[in-house]
Amino acid sequence: MATTKTTPVATLPAQGRRFQLGRFRDLTLVPVIIVLLIVGSFVDPVFLTAGNLTNVLQQQSALALVVLAEALILIAGKFDLSLESTVGMAPAVGVMLVIPVAAGGFGLELPGILAIPLCLLVGGLVGAFNGFLIMRFQLSAFIVTLAMMIVVHGLQLGLTQGKSLFELPESFLYLGSATWLGLPAAIWITGLLFAAAIVALGYFRAGRSLYAIGGNADAARAAGIRVERVLWIVFIIGGVIAALAGVLETGRLGGISANQGVGWIFMAFAAAVIGGVSMDGGKGTILGALTGVLVIGLVENILTLKGVPGEWKQLVYGSIILVALMISRLAGGKAQD
Amino acid sequence: MTSSVKAVEALGITKRFGPTTALNGAGIAITEGETHALVGRNGAGKSTLVSILTGLQRPDEGEVRFGGELAPPLADRDAWRQRVACVYQKSTIIPTLTVAENLFLNRQTDRGAIKWRGLRARARQLLEQYGVDVDADGLAGDLSVEQRQLLEIARALSFGARFIILDEPTAQLDGPAIQRLFDRMRSLREQGVTMMFISHHLEEVYEICQSVSVFRDARHIVTTTVGDLPHAQLVDAMTGEATAAYEYRSRTVDASAPVVLAARGLSLDGRYEDVDLAIRSGEIVGLAGSGSSGKVGLAETLVGLRRADAGTVTVNGTEVKPGDVPSVLAAGLGFVPQDRHHEGFVPLLSIAENATIPIAGKLGRYGMISPARRREHGARMIAELDIKTTGPDQPVADLSGGNAQKVVLARALADDPRALVVINPTAGVDVKAKHSLLGAVEDAVAQGTGAVLVSDELDDLRICDRVLVMFHGKVVKDVPRGWTDSELVAAMEGIEH
Repeated sequence: MATTKTTPVATLPAQGRRFQLGRFRDLTLVPVIIVLLIVGSFVDPVFLTAGNLTNVLQQQSALALVVLAEALILIAGKFDLSLESTVGMAPAVGVMLVIPVAAGGFGLELPGILAIPLCLLVGGLVGAFNGFLIMRFQLSAFIVTLAMMIVVHGLQLGLTQGKSLFELPESFLYLGSATWLGLPAAIWITGLLFAAAIVALGYFRAGRSLYAIGGNADAARAAGIRVERVLWIVFIIGGVIAALAGVLETGRLGGISANQGVGWIFMAFAAAVIGGVSMDGGKGTILGALTGVLVIGLVENILTLKGVPGEWKQLVYGSIILVALMISRLAGGKAQD
Repeated sequence: MTSSVKAVEALGITKRFGPTTALNGAGIAITEGETHALVGRNGAGKSTLVSILTGLQRPDEGEVRFGGELAPPLADRDAWRQRVACVYQKSTIIPTLTVAENLFLNRQTDRGAIKWRGLRARARQLLEQYGVDVDADGLAGDLSVEQRQLLEIARALSFGARFIILDEPTAQLDGPAIQRLFDRMRSLREQGVTMMFISHHLEEVYEICQSVSVFRDARHIVTTTVGDLPHAQLVDAMTGEATAAYEYRSRTVDASAPVVLAARGLSLDGRYEDVDLAIRSGEIVGLAGSGSSGKVGLAETLVGLRRADAGTVTVNGTEVKPGDVPSVLAAGLGFVPQDRHHEGFVPLLSIAENATIPIAGKLGRYGMISPARRREHGARMIAELDIKTTGPDQPVADLSGGNAQKVVLARALADDPRALVVINPTAGVDVKAKHSLLGAVEDAVAQGTGAVLVSDELDDLRICDRVLVMFHGKVVKDVPRGWTDSELVAAMEGIEH
């Protein structure tokens, strides 16, 4: 009751200020990144070399794409845990359709050039099926995609009999291993997709509708947005991007292991949330999510350079995510949700 | 308004939801330029009519006409929005987006990329045109309830509609904000805008509307000018029977009765200061005052929802731990919080479970709860408070506002409290529910409870044996029974001490 008493005039300056803060909230991790760069340069002189930083970006490009997909879905107010399984399953199925039985394929031996399109198609189908269960059956996104995470990974294990795939068509490895204009192609692809998503979500009606749906789905519907259709498309795009992440990862490593992508989803969530994307939907930016990925990548690189034993990495990793959360919370000023 | 052109007509509308008939051959016709009230009890079919008039639902039978022409097909949202605009009960503002973007939601641009600078300029122009004084760049979530509502009205009108539906716009506003809303509605009417106004506050209907339609039990009962339907007849039309106004019981407070709720030297910075209170068993004490008087803050301190900076609260002779609800409840106090949706009930739990949360420990041994005893208690409460429900197992989320509030009161009364604090119990409930809520408070007091009633409604305060008037955080007046409205309002506004 008391709040309605304030005269609008009196609240004007306060709102102006808060909006300024809101604008910078996307960038609250920038100080963290700067601290990490300084710490890293002390840890090892190699750290601040172009070669090492390029390496960091290339290693993180596949995870970054999963973060991008998750951020889109989170902003629209939904959830997708199955992305990590798509990272492994989609490339495996795409490849198995083109390679001979001897190499672990189905025996269809479709033209090798089709492997990547087929892989992306499989990713899109997983997204579409998630959307079908969530929108048509009105099921909770969390539990549907949790089940799908297990189902999709289980499908990969079943089809490959738990084995890794090594004899892959050249064309499939190209994107993850090529170099364009002095930088790995994976960095270009990831960078371009992030740029496209930043523009789409910042300047296009379709992109803005994700924020409207995540912020208040009923209001979005009343404004004439086709909420179900948009969400469905977002799930499909998320699946396709995750499949592309799988292609890049496969190209970088030269094979598809049975565990490709497993455990990534927690990193993807951590990166998106420390980057300012709200778990409740409607809040956060793609640029913010990108800073989240960079923090995670730099931490991992520093730990490797420092020679931290593998058994302790998880603990340090998790702790640093917590610290990053606290810093971005303090810098952002508002309670986390 | 002598024009006889109908801005909107709904003819013979029937709408069923499964076995329930929400509207049964009902209709409404609103003359152009008029402000028309739609009144009815909870469940009379008002909300269904609103969703049919705004094209969100298709009637099973009947038709809607705007200015004599048949309404557009349901899928054509833009066509609907050019004919009718609606400020819904539930906010359709998206808190995480800016004011400017909310104004042009899903029409930020006709094609291509959004030009934010241009969008903000258009938003500022629109806000200025409708005299809404908010920052177009600010986040909509930072606005007050009143500002959000103005934003919704401006957005609604910006589609070019000349007919607006205002669905209970005053429910969440305080006195001065309601007056500002009415001033705005009057100026819109002068510009020729037709309005349909829904409210549970009948005095508002007389203040702002020219004509009124009454709905009851899914049917249209009467449409007439407000002058032809005095207050008592309007209530009769709504309830379908001759209901007298609530009869306040008389009782004499025993001056030697024990004090069940007391406060000494209670202060909370920015809310109230140095308040002393003593409520005796068998007494109802009202707390009145404007929105900034601190009355709600004081009541919330008494029940432990807030912690005072200084002073003590004594319940039933025990000094309670400040700001600690469990110890206050243990001392024998029950309360109805201000916002039932936030603090009053758990919507998905049943009536019986909601009503017995404070006494769960008494419904079984060793921390177990006996469902049978819980149901039994729930059933008794349903009977005592006349809750309209299918049974004690029905979730509270399915109940209408008045009945949900009765469950909250049932929870407050669950442990036969010695002291009762009730904050705005009749907000957003209909006439009949209001009577049973006030009656239940009086019943409890007749059995020896001492009650504090905080209310914005002068009518509610008539059940009080005395009313404490607060102004800027201080109790300025102790008014015994038999006050007049003007006397109390003058004290609330601080005109006379």
